[in-house]
Amino acid sequence: MPELTYRDALRTTLIEEMDRDRAVILLGEDIGLYQGTFRVTADLLDRYGPQRVIDTPISELGFIGAAIGMAMLGLRPVVEVMTWNFSLLALDQIVNNAAKVRYFSGGQVDVPLVIRGPNGAGVQLSAQHSQSLEAIYGHIPGLYVVAPATPADAKGLLRTAIRGRDPVIFLENAALYGLKGEVAADPDFALPFGRAEVVRRGRDVTIVAYSRMLHVALAASERLGAEGIQAEVVNLRTLRPLDTRAIVASVGRTHRAVVVQEQWRLFGAAAEIAASIYEQAFDQLDAPVERVTGADVPMPYARNLELLAVPHEEDIIRAVKKTLYKT
Amino acid sequence: MAEASRAQRRISPAAMDSVASPELQEARRWFAGMVLARHFEEEAERAFRRGKIGGYLHVYTGQEAVAAGWLAELRDDDIFFTAYRDHAHALLRGSPPGAVMAELFGKATGVAKGKGGSMHLFDVPRGFYGGYGIVGGHIPLATGAAYALRYTGTDRVCLCFLGDGAMNGGAFHEPANMAGLWGREGLCPIVYIVENNQYGMGTSVERASAVPDLASRFAAYAIEHERADGSDFLAVRRLARRTIERVRSTGRPYAVEMRTFRFAGHGAADLFQPYRSKDEIAQARHHDPIPILERQLREAGLLTEADVVRIHEEAAAAVAEAVRYAEESPEPPASDLDTDTHA
Repeated sequence: MPELTYRDALRTTLIEEMDRDRAVILLGEDIGLYQGTFRVTADLLDRYGPQRVIDTPISELGFIGAAIGMAMLGLRPVVEVMTWNFSLLALDQIVNNAAKVRYFSGGQVDVPLVIRGPNGAGVQLSAQHSQSLEAIYGHIPGLYVVAPATPADAKGLLRTAIRGRDPVIFLENAALYGLKGEVAADPDFALPFGRAEVVRRGRDVTIVAYSRMLHVALAASERLGAEGIQAEVVNLRTLRPLDTRAIVASVGRTHRAVVVQEQWRLFGAAAEIAASIYEQAFDQLDAPVERVTGADVPMPYARNLELLAVPHEEDIIRAVKKTLYKT
Repeated sequence: MAEASRAQRRISPAAMDSVASPELQEARRWFAGMVLARHFEEEAERAFRRGKIGGYLHVYTGQEAVAAGWLAELRDDDIFFTAYRDHAHALLRGSPPGAVMAELFGKATGVAKGKGGSMHLFDVPRGFYGGYGIVGGHIPLATGAAYALRYTGTDRVCLCFLGDGAMNGGAFHEPANMAGLWGREGLCPIVYIVENNQYGMGTSVERASAVPDLASRFAAYAIEHERADGSDFLAVRRLARRTIERVRSTGRPYAVEMRTFRFAGHGAADLFQPYRSKDEIAQARHHDPIPILERQLREAGLLTEADVVRIHEEAAAAVAEAVRYAEESPEPPASDLDTDTHA
């Protein structure tokens, strides 16, 4: 299998889908002439022209709303938000129009829309540019919420998103764009939504993670392995729908669970996942579910404080040992 | 003032010339449509008071010539979006009154299966893409939809009805700017129809817009624009024909501010209207588009008093039938609760 970076996995999928279907068009800030802030859309303006690769003004509400209208008329817009932080300017469009128009029209329209871009903490970007917003979107019925952790995830999930008929919140991560991994060369390779993957087998504890935190969880499990603790690691891939079946099955094998998220603790994805475990696997648990989360503060600028605000391997190791009563 | 404007609306020989006879003949049909919409709204208000309609109810009485004049010139394959004062738009586009009333009653036979209600009427097969409840929130959708129409190589156009109150939010300004940009390439065949009924809920245009000449505000986005009287169906229709033809051929956006009057309160709960006087409401009724068109058609010899009586009776009967249909229709089944969230 060829090896691709996460960035190229995304970019080649855009190319394959744009070649396949003229209804696929791209919109976003500086995705064309500038080549994309993270170069995911590099060279695509030259390939497809300005009608299909639309450089927009800095108007998130406007261009996300316009993309919803395009999708209702049968196009398949893929919108880049420079980062998900800026999506808050378009929150009404996403929540009140994209997510709901199929429902309140009684099923008269499709909204085949993908909104993609980097989500999560950066490096010294401070409070407004460094946050994980998946819980906000995960709360909303009518949306799909996708968080690929690997190049293969990125390709397979983006293909499913583009070919679907509903709005997809596609959460990338800036720290992962350079990550390399094997990706199927099949131009129809796609991963279904709502199907998690067990990426590491283990009998002692289940660690549930997604996006960049998967890699932190894997690093932590290597170190735990050296201490004789075998962690099973579940890569969620999508948050909505959430593959509770896979999570519960894993907890059924290990009887302990640690859920990792980068975002703030309160009302976050880990709370939802932990609640699902309690509801569906209470009898299987030998210890309370542990949550590893970001600190409950706006992101600070100073590097030392910033490092305290996001989860690290040590935090996961500590949580795992707590579930094993090995403090 | 009211007398003067009435005199101006007396149909002149020049106006007769500018509207070809078949159009005047056809105006009878639109007159009947406006009368139907009026009866429908009055009955909807009664049904609301009887507790048959829940939630919010925003009626269109007084503004009928705007929707009628524009929809009269819209081709069958064209599309339109509007906000939450949307019943007349659906009726005038041909949605069955029974299905519209059933939607207001929250019944399974409603145009949106009872899932949208008064503010979210939809009839996509007829090109009606909704019915939106957040002020201005549909303007970006309509703008993108217009782009899609041109991108796919058609000459279809999109009408975007919006209220005066919608012009003070970002959801107006951001897409208007993009429409101006896309229009340079002929990629945005949209008409923004500002239905200026003088009030955004209870706040007058003068109190809400630093520039009360709303049409002129489109100049900021290089969108050609004009203001016109929205009470005279024949004049609205002439403007609509000219504008739609131009937008269809150029792919460039155009904006029209239609001066119109909302006879009722903002919504069914706005009973006392403390923000405007009884005299002002009475004055507004001098601009009632239905008697204006009636007079024009009678003066042109196209309508007799007996015709008018019959048209009102037929409208009342159609609305009574719509209410009966809505009342007798079943509620949506419980199994409908979680359908239509995803494909």
